[in-house]
Amino acid sequence: MSAQDVYLLKLYITGHTPRSAQAISNLQRICDQELADYQLQVIDVLEHPGLAEDEKILATPTLIRELPPPLRRIIGDLSNTEKVLLGLDLKPIRR
Amino acid sequence: MEVNHPVSPLVKLSTGIEGFDLIAEGGLPKGRTTLVAGTAGSAKTVFAAQFLAEGIRRHQQAGVFVTFEEPPTDIRRNLLSMSWDILQWETDGLWTFVDVSPIPGMEQIEAGNFDLGALLARIEHAIRKVGAKRVAIDSLGAVFSQFTNSSMVREEMRRLGAALRNMGITAVLTAERTQEFGEIARFGVEEFVADNVVILRNVLEEEKRRRTVEILKFRGTTHQKGEYPFTVLPDSGIVVIPVSAIELKQRSSDLRVSSGNAELNRMTGGGFFQDSLILVSGATGCGKTLMTAEFIAASITHGERCLLFAYEESREQLFRNASGWGYDFKRFEEEGLLKVICAYPETAGLEDHLIRIKSHIDGFKPRRVAVDSVSALERVATNRGFREFIISLASFVKQREIPGLFTATTANLMGGPSITESHFSSITDTIILLRYVEMLGEMRRGITVLKMRGSMHEKEIREFTIDGQGMHINAPFRNIIGILSGRPEFITPAEMERMGHLFSD
Repeated sequence: MSAQDVYLLKLYITGHTPRSAQAISNLQRICDQELADYQLQVIDVLEHPGLAEDEKILATPTLIRELPPPLRRIIGDLSNTEKVLLGLDLKPIRR
Repeated sequence: MEVNHPVSPLVKLSTGIEGFDLIAEGGLPKGRTTLVAGTAGSAKTVFAAQFLAEGIRRHQQAGVFVTFEEPPTDIRRNLLSMSWDILQWETDGLWTFVDVSPIPGMEQIEAGNFDLGALLARIEHAIRKVGAKRVAIDSLGAVFSQFTNSSMVREEMRRLGAALRNMGITAVLTAERTQEFGEIARFGVEEFVADNVVILRNVLEEEKRRRTVEILKFRGTTHQKGEYPFTVLPDSGIVVIPVSAIELKQRSSDLRVSSGNAELNRMTGGGFFQDSLILVSGATGCGKTLMTAEFIAASITHGERCLLFAYEESREQLFRNASGWGYDFKRFEEEGLLKVICAYPETAGLEDHLIRIKSHIDGFKPRRVAVDSVSALERVATNRGFREFIISLASFVKQREIPGLFTATTANLMGGPSITESHFSSITDTIILLRYVEMLGEMRRGITVLKMRGSMHEKEIREFTIDGQGMHINAPFRNIIGILSGRPEFITPAEMERMGHLFSD
């Protein structure tokens, strides 16, 4: 598995809060830096509670890596980049 | 200055859990959240689920079940045995799960701050979807165990509580306790949902499990205080036995019914009262079961149904004994006038016995009830549990306004009271003592009416014999004293005369 895989990421947030904005911008930054090809969907559970039910989302923000398998779940505003990379099975390119 | 606050009194929402509404004086505070705390195995989940189930069954009120522990499939299966068809209710839009149970094998990494906004959104969505009035959340401890930051969880639960209140939802929130007595729940949860607290206990006492429910507090409204025993029945869930909440509103009747023995009718001043409780106490083998059989037969000869609970003998034994006195119990049963329930006390807990007795009485609707013997049930209960059982059983029978005859076996062969007697004597209307009397190296039997509420009765101790025609009550024992104390003594006619004169004027 490498950064060359196609990544399908879903980010669940609750409304347009500072925390949601934080998570989106953090994720955007990490993806731009680390991933060659990715697709990102942001889902607001206030608008789509059914989707949150299906995915059993409890905390927000929650990031789900749908592709490549296996499924991965990261919760929080993604401010801890190292943990995010760990969760996405990525080693930081620059250290 | 006069301040005019339009404060509406707190309304209660009937839970539908049998007996609970009685001790809660109507139900749970409506539009509020009640914390139901208990140790492992104290039936918290059943309470929470039953709160929803009865809402659907009795009031057509939809409910939302938020599960943090067991997945919905497990809950559906576990509760199907209670004849609660949750899947059907889900189809009918009366029950919705919010499944927050842990996902097996799912590892979750925490990378920064988060809250439980999604949980709140899902619960609100579920409530709107089915138009729920009731919400059950099971359990709080499991929410805390999923996250490392417990102050965040506490804050989010407070937010959830406020949201439920705004929507006018009546909710039950379960929480774990580590011990039966002590702090209400772990994680200091009572601070934010402490308006109403119910505690379920499952205490081991004298090697017997005893379940009790206690309403610790209802803010701004009343409830019965103290612990009340309850049981969990496999087919109907929690049933609370509201011992002291039972109202003494039985009417009193002047109608008399036959005891089944003409001489005993005379001794009691015309038979038992229609709505009275009769306690027959005596040592083993001295004629209690016979008296029960005569009581039953009297009912049946009038074409009235009678229900007998036998805890000492097997069916075969009992029927054989009855036929020995000339009563054909088998035929009585075939005619539909008699129903005999034989059970060994050890087959169930006392609460379960009580529930069964009640449901048999309500099912068969007898005109008379007999229990032979009540004291056999002492074996499966603690002293306190037995006292509650007796009171509860007695008031139940009284409310049906039918005569109930209970027998109690005394521990000593000659004289002596039993625990049953001491618990029973104040609530029974009639007490009949059967005693062995040793006379000239021979065991004879004596009978006396010790108490007959609301009526004159004979005070003498009479001798009785038993043969193939039943019980024959004869003349009083004249020259003998100390029968009831178990130390009979002969006295000479001269002595009797002297004693008679002592009280003459």
